[in-house]
Amino acid sequence: MKKGTLKQILLITDGCSNKGEDPAGVAALAYEQGITVNVIGILENNQSEDVGGLKEVEDIALSGGGVSQIVYPEILSQTVQMVTRQAMTQTIQGFVNKELKQILGSNQSIENIDPEKRGEIMEVVEDLGESSDLEVVVLVDTSASMHDKLPTVKESLIDLSISLNSRIGKNRFCIFSFPGKRKDIQKILDWSPQLNSISEVFPKLTSGGITPTGPALREAMYQFSKKSLLRSLRNESADVEEFGY
Amino acid sequence: MRAQTWKNSGIDLKPGTKITGKWYKNQYLIRGKLGKGAIGTVYLCESGGKLAALKISDKGTSMTVEVNVLKSLGQVQGTRLGPYLLDVDDWVSPNGTTYSFYVMEYLKGESLSLFVKNNGNVWIGVFLLQLLEDLEQLHQSGWVFGDLKLDNLIVLSSPTRIRWVDVGGTTQTGRAIKEYTEFYDRGYWGLGTRKAEPSYDLFSLVMVFLHLYYPQRFERTTQSEKLLFKKIDQVKQLQPYRNPLKKAIAGKYRTSSEMKNDVLQIVYQSQNKSRLKKKGNQKISNIPFYIEMGGISIVAIGFYILSLIF
Repeated sequence: MKKGTLKQILLITDGCSNKGEDPAGVAALAYEQGITVNVIGILENNQSEDVGGLKEVEDIALSGGGVSQIVYPEILSQTVQMVTRQAMTQTIQGFVNKELKQILGSNQSIENIDPEKRGEIMEVVEDLGESSDLEVVVLVDTSASMHDKLPTVKESLIDLSISLNSRIGKNRFCIFSFPGKRKDIQKILDWSPQLNSISEVFPKLTSGGITPTGPALREAMYQFSKKSLLRSLRNESADVEEFGY
Repeated sequence: MRAQTWKNSGIDLKPGTKITGKWYKNQYLIRGKLGKGAIGTVYLCESGGKLAALKISDKGTSMTVEVNVLKSLGQVQGTRLGPYLLDVDDWVSPNGTTYSFYVMEYLKGESLSLFVKNNGNVWIGVFLLQLLEDLEQLHQSGWVFGDLKLDNLIVLSSPTRIRWVDVGGTTQTGRAIKEYTEFYDRGYWGLGTRKAEPSYDLFSLVMVFLHLYYPQRFERTTQSEKLLFKKIDQVKQLQPYRNPLKKAIAGKYRTSSEMKNDVLQIVYQSQNKSRLKKKGNQKISNIPFYIEMGGISIVAIGFYILSLIF
């Protein structure tokens, strides 16, 4: 059976956008095209958890159909992988719920089914989460205030790839930073199954003053379509190879 | 792990709260809080005059996954690996929120650190063997424990037996570990993947015993393996087992039974050593016994000769 590919954008930021279109709007647009947008807001160590500027974090994830989490730097690693996994489950569960509604009627969802059957459905959801292929565009805010947090971000991304590569399904990541030098975003790492190679790239990141979150999200969204084109070409040749088995 | 700040994860049930299941209508009276984890809160409850543990959470899907694990473990023949599952249901709170809960047997025990402090280090070898035995069973039935840590272990009394209490991280072999704690996770130390395989649990098992003797834990460095080896060497109580412990850190064991055999070997050897010492002691104390025996025999032979004459 051919399992589908889940598409996610993971936005890591520490505050409010201040340039370009509304990021929540762009996230909604991405969601319409089957891309989930997850957001992680990083706090300063002396910052309290309900900061006004970080409300945007929640809004973007809500309209992007994803998961948001606001954290202190020291638990970033665990959070990044938890958010990604949770968003995968959420997306798959969304599909399953839609199917259930079609079969059982419009007011049915997993919660309205008795615990026994719910268990069986969750087993299927888990199976899919484990074996689906996953593509993640990581979008790292490198505006000036993020400077001190970049080493932690780097570590948590390497950690994410350890977690995801322990799954059965295939993974591909690419990383962009924003703002870019002259563009809205800048490529740090092209589509790759591993993130170990980012160690050399990360320290060279320069931080800028503006935070064009909206335009950056839009660029991130486009990475998937470029990718799909390439992949469909590659898949054709891969299919031929598989016959050899 | 620090408590995660997932949205609306807080549920606080006061003692005396009555919980009635939405589906199966069983009633539970909350008696007090037992603990709080990443996914839910565990309460001591009473139903039909019996005590039980009730785990409740607003994360329905994660709870369902846990229940699935508990059910599968219940099907493993022979020893009981997880707590016994009694009931699974939903609860609609007075303000209309729906929570998922499940009820399991209440295991009353002591923490591992407290027990070892009170009862001595002899128990280290015993618990190591008991845990390896349980892991072997679990692995053979296709599961990996995942989140093995000090907090997830308790010591039951009469007979003294170590048991694990939270199966939230238990993952099918070959998949990605569901839940872990950094200090116990080989991925965090850069010493392996997070793929669910027996060697993942064996690594965590060693970390359990390190955490026991380093209650404050310690920070990772770039040369993790060297650091962990050093930490093992520095604990006097772990000295006898240092070789298998190091092999487990290095991921050299493919199964728990391989490690168990090594530990057993060590336990036997140390037993033999202490027995030999005792034998030496016995020889000295035996001399009066031989003299006495000799005396009795002479008397007996005398009587025998006398009986021949008459």
